[in-house]
Amino acid sequence: MSDPTFNAPGITDMERDELRRHGILLTGLEELYNWGRSHSVWPLNFGLACCAIEMIAASMAKFDIARFGSEVFRPSPRQADLLIVSGTVTKKMAPQVVRLWNQMPEPKYCIAMGACAISGGPFKQGYNVLKGIDRFIPVDIYIPGCPPRPEALLHGLVQLQEKIRNQAISGPAAPRHLQAEADCNCPIPECGAHDIEPTRNDALWPKPPELLRPTKT
Amino acid sequence: MSDHPYAFLVLFLAVAVAFPLVLLTVARLWFRCFQPAKPNAAKQAPYECGLAESGDAWIQFKAHYYLYAILFLIFDVELLFLLPFAAAFTALPVTAIVTMLLFLLLLVEGLIWAWGRGHLEWK
Repeated sequence: MSDPTFNAPGITDMERDELRRHGILLTGLEELYNWGRSHSVWPLNFGLACCAIEMIAASMAKFDIARFGSEVFRPSPRQADLLIVSGTVTKKMAPQVVRLWNQMPEPKYCIAMGACAISGGPFKQGYNVLKGIDRFIPVDIYIPGCPPRPEALLHGLVQLQEKIRNQAISGPAAPRHLQAEADCNCPIPECGAHDIEPTRNDALWPKPPELLRPTKT
Repeated sequence: MSDHPYAFLVLFLAVAVAFPLVLLTVARLWFRCFQPAKPNAAKQAPYECGLAESGDAWIQFKAHYYLYAILFLIFDVELLFLLPFAAAFTALPVTAIVTMLLFLLLLVEGLIWAWGRGHLEWK
């Protein structure tokens, strides 16, 4: 398998793996950097609903999220790398979630945990429930379930680590936080008279195409 | 290395200063070379609980509260003297008891004065 984060001229991936088997580590800055930060993803100490109970269970001794380097739940967004949206996002809570996201320093990642955070879940038809947090902030990992078991959260975290490990630190494929011109600010919605305004972040959640109706002749 | 028995402390000091300096310099260099700053209004805000800050930080309390604090202090200090007074009451000479009662009278007089001027009513 070709590893995109390892590009040393003159050495193939197979040769590198052969060397590693013999205890010689050949690596690049990118791989080292991503290895370091993928194993120290600090989540924000932030829970919304019943999924948060599973998140707490994942951080306790039985499931022990510390095995993956993410036991440091930070009480301040300034020190957190990962926002786990764990539960139903009501329209009253959505501005706060987006503001917390904006207050987190880059690089930051978002996990939508459970059916509610992904789509509104069983409350999708509710008048006061946001139909998925990805309408406002960019979500990296979706964990289905109602609520997902702690193992599922750990699996999501491992998937996120995989994603972090494969990120480039330069070039056009670099993530948004490494590109000087990329805008990382998500507009914070406000509670309007009937709904939150705006109802979506157009950059992340484009409007569906207009229905083309045949004109009557 | 010098033969002075405490010469190693200089080495310790040098390492203790150099180690964090190296780490901070590497972090700074990384920030300069790879990590463009991404400030925004929410990130610069002083309050970090998700809610937007509201109102003024310079809240004013009523000066009236000061009188309550003083009156509380009377009883607070009084208690310090009353406890040993009560503990040693039977063994005290008459002069000591009279002196203590005089002290209590002065304090109660202050309370009555404040009460009479209406300071105990919250306005």
